[in-house]
Amino acid sequence: MNTQAQYLKTIYLVQEEADGPASTGAIADNLGVSPASANEMIGKLESRGLAEHEKYKGVSLTDEGIGQARDALQTYCIIERFLWEVLEVEDFQTEARQLESVIDETVAERLDTIIDRQDCCPDCFDAETDACELLELEASTGPAD
Amino acid sequence: MSLTHPVASDHQLARLLQIGMVLEEVVEARAHKHHETLGEEVLDSDVVDLLEGAAQESAEHRRRLESLVDGLDADPVAYEEIETLVAARYESDTDFDGVLYDQLCNEETAYKFYDDLIAAIEGSDVEFSIDRDRLLAVLRGIRADERDGVEEVTAHMERRE
Repeated sequence: MNTQAQYLKTIYLVQEEADGPASTGAIADNLGVSPASANEMIGKLESRGLAEHEKYKGVSLTDEGIGQARDALQTYCIIERFLWEVLEVEDFQTEARQLESVIDETVAERLDTIIDRQDCCPDCFDAETDACELLELEASTGPAD
Repeated sequence: MSLTHPVASDHQLARLLQIGMVLEEVVEARAHKHHETLGEEVLDSDVVDLLEGAAQESAEHRRRLESLVDGLDADPVAYEEIETLVAARYESDTDFDGVLYDQLCNEETAYKFYDDLIAAIEGSDVEFSIDRDRLLAVLRGIRADERDGVEEVTAHMERRE
């Protein structure tokens, strides 16, 4: 997943959690980057018609930005679910974050052919636990056979 | 500003190589499944050869990746397990063109995966338990095969047009 996709996914989740525009600070914190870096990328997203930035309020994604963010979130969900279901990684959230920049969406699509992802994806993603709600339930009872 | 992280440990490298193994196993299992489901009445001999070649090549790539995973003291991913998962989700309505398209996706995806993985390793200064030159030589060799594979499938598709 490239840098732009990771930003869009993060803004989308921060925006959902705040139920309004996402603050630059929260975006930077979430991604572990400096506010200056976050501002630079937000400017690029604005110029590409993917986000709107209003001073003192924060960043809101456009409809196009939301579409791309949801695609990125779905890719992330595939990586998490693949790690859990196929490789039986218990700490799948941490490893998914480490690997997401190396796993492209086309690669995730192939991995998706062997996992059991639900149609409601990515709406079942819980930003607070950084995992799909359904996966958390499965994780609490151990990997499937 | 880039959020691209270099491969930072033996553990992360092993995990990525395991993912490479799974991608190869998916190719191998799907090639067998296409052949088994559609048979030689639907698939012409060129495509049967293409599928057999792809399955053999993936098995060979899997073995090369497995030797790297072994050197990192991690477990390989059993082919039988992936074969079962592929069979469980295989779409039975795949047709002739679908097979070629699927094969093209396989080759392109694998190429992209190895290309990104090589870049991530090259961007890392971590000393792995396995020899870096050998690691990169194996991965570059596989990437070259995948690039050839994309060209081969594309040529098949063009001949059919």
